[in-house]
Amino acid sequence: MSELISGSEILMQSLLKEGVDTIFGYPGGAITPVFDALYDFQDRFNYILTRHEQGATHAAQGYARVSGKPGICLVTSGPGATNAITGIGDAMMDSTPLIVIAGQVQAELLGTDAFQEIDLVGITQPISKWAYQIRRPEDITWAVARAFYIASTGRPGPVVLDFAKNAQIGKAEFYYKKCEFTRGYIPYPEISTKQIESAAQLINDAKKPLALVGQGVILGNAENELKSFLEKADIPAASTLLGLSAMPTNFRLNKGFLGMHGNVGPNMKTNECDVLIAIGMRFDDRVTGNLKTYAKQAKIIHLDIDPSELNKNVKVDAKVLGDAKVSLKLLTDAIQNAKHGEWIDSFKEHEEKEFEKVIKKEVFPENGPIKMGEVINLISEASNNEAILVTDVGQNQIMAARYFKYSKTRSIVTSGGLGTMGFGIPAAIGAKVAAPDRKVCLFVGDGGFQMTMQELGTILQEQIGVKIIILNNNYLGMVRQWQELFFRKRYSSSVMINPNFGAIADAYKIKNQEVKDRKDLKKAIDEMFSDDKPYMLIVETEKEGMVYPMTPAGDTVTHILLGDE
Amino acid sequence: MENENMTLYTVSVFSENRVGLLNQISIIFTRRRLNIETLSVSPSALKGIHKFTITTFSDADTIEKVVKQIDKRVDIIKAFYNTDEDLVYQEIALYKIATDQLIKLGSIEEMIRTYNIRILEMNETCVVLEKTGHYEETQALFSELSQKVNVLQFIRSGRVAINKSKIERLSDMLANLNSRKPEGYVEDDEYAGY
Ligand SMILES: Cc1ncc(C[n+]2csc(CCOP(=O)(O)OP(=O)(O)O)c2C)c(N)n1
Ligand SMILES: [Mg+2]
Repeated sequence: MSELISGSEILMQSLLKEGVDTIFGYPGGAITPVFDALYDFQDRFNYILTRHEQGATHAAQGYARVSGKPGICLVTSGPGATNAITGIGDAMMDSTPLIVIAGQVQAELLGTDAFQEIDLVGITQPISKWAYQIRRPEDITWAVARAFYIASTGRPGPVVLDFAKNAQIGKAEFYYKKCEFTRGYIPYPEISTKQIESAAQLINDAKKPLALVGQGVILGNAENELKSFLEKADIPAASTLLGLSAMPTNFRLNKGFLGMHGNVGPNMKTNECDVLIAIGMRFDDRVTGNLKTYAKQAKIIHLDIDPSELNKNVKVDAKVLGDAKVSLKLLTDAIQNAKHGEWIDSFKEHEEKEFEKVIKKEVFPENGPIKMGEVINLISEASNNEAILVTDVGQNQIMAARYFKYSKTRSIVTSGGLGTMGFGIPAAIGAKVAAPDRKVCLFVGDGGFQMTMQELGTILQEQIGVKIIILNNNYLGMVRQWQELFFRKRYSSSVMINPNFGAIADAYKIKNQEVKDRKDLKKAIDEMFSDDKPYMLIVETEKEGMVYPMTPAGDTVTHILLGDE
Repeated sequence: MENENMTLYTVSVFSENRVGLLNQISIIFTRRRLNIETLSVSPSALKGIHKFTITTFSDADTIEKVVKQIDKRVDIIKAFYNTDEDLVYQEIALYKIATDQLIKLGSIEEMIRTYNIRILEMNETCVVLEKTGHYEETQALFSELSQKVNVLQFIRSGRVAINKSKIERLSDMLANLNSRKPEGYVEDDEYAGY
């Protein structure tokens, strides 16, 4: 029998075995033994103390989205655990591999309303891929190995380990074996030749095919396979919010961004194409609008790794269940070379119209207040379109997604499914930690900034070189936009009196500049990029700016407002 | 709950024998606003595998999605759903009646023959009758008894069901799963922490 070590040390050793290098967290009573063990492992883990557990989860998510490895988050029981809930829910919606390890009262006290006891497993079961309570030191390695396996394979997602204090203190042998199997869970379903053949048949017969690219392509590392597939059959494609950067912006067949505030071309063409090929996306209502009128004329092919997504929102004519990397390769082999020049050219008319009516005004205005679009475009270009874009939620998010340009994959980190305001600052921290050699640009609204601005403390302590751009319209802009359009400009609760953001940055020793005039913008951006240190650029943007194009919620995907109605 | 589009479905779920499974399953019904009509849970014939039998009124589309969501849970080994035509199913009901009331009825032979009743207990104060059958059958006896005597207690179990199919989906699936097991795989149930 080998030496007995504490459960806390077993956890540390297990994390090392799984190749963990970074941990985000916040201490407290019920997790103190683990933090004590961590003290001896400071040379092996980059441990980052955030200022709030929500921040720790979003930072771990940002890390995961950029690195492709599970993000690790260590929090205490009770309020520490409940503060982590938003991140867990966000990771569930956006298929982000996240492992939250939370302290829990000792097993004997469970169910007694002990100090800082909360039923974390009960709370997180509906919003996590797996939630498990570790009650004995002997079970730690098994649970950790399973957690990593489940969080990172198949369709990734959050896993919660609720770690009872007695198991942290109690002793057991350390014997680690990675998990490669658990019955009842088939992360990579075998791909059916028949499904590939029927999908290939539809594609071969298509005259006007359109591909929809989701985050599944990025999660499956299938960017190259996607490119070969699209090129072989000459298929125009557009991305969901989370699928952005799977194709470079300037890729010939990339026709842009789908959905409510997406590009006119792909949204119009959705109801015109004859075959719609959805790849690793889930027909979210922000993409489809009214399902009753969505792509009714088209044969629909859906490639996804999650069987519960197939036929969930849209009835499909051909489904291909499996990992996009493999299924795209098989599909590419099964289809014929094709050319759809005329069809692809037919997007142009819409692109020109969108440019005339929307983009020109938003990105290249000559006078008037500063527009969000122009700031984003200038910053993207100043980064050579190579930066990682992180966004918060609201107008800033949609504008950034629309006008940032991507040259590399895994270059957008944004809260898609849950739309979590406050996601931005901590997610940017995680993104920069995962990719220290890349520029990380966060666009955040004045509202969202104030939801997690305490994380400036994390930036201060760790000197994390994120570039924070506050697009300050002095409004909860996206709410105001809806109120303008649908509630007769009754600005209920969307007006904000804001603090001096520069003074806040000063307090955290973050270099900053405020720009109110268009002519100062370029210079400020150059200064921001002059080094790799934290920076905050506060831009006063148009107060009552609007994000167009817009398909009102629940409307037909082709019912697009351009702001000239 | 019952309306034209609604059919009674029987959902069979095979799961790991782990704390919190019922919650994982029931929240999926809750999200889709399906009411669980009956529920029965017990260890299955296979060691370490629990079986849930759940009935619910649903339309075809919703039940398919719900069962896929259940099946997706890592701790769920397999979930199926069937309609009554595919199944042999049974429920059990117990009826408690005051002995003097039953005796006042005169003869109960005919009722016992018609309903196939078993008498489980009989003492000075009460008689406990048992009837197995479909919902309508146990309900019919309850109605008839209620007209004649005061039924002190009436309890009906959840449904248990076995499909009539020639294919044994669970054992096929387990065989398939076993063939995927990597070498040196340690069975989950060696971990007592469950
Ligand atoms: C946690 C949370 N609360 C509320 C909302 C609803 N909401 C969506 S966008 C938005 C306004 C965001 O305002 P701001 O951060 O200033 O960004 P802007 O839209 O002005 O760019 C609100 C309140 C949300 N998405 N998340
Ligand atoms: Mg704002």
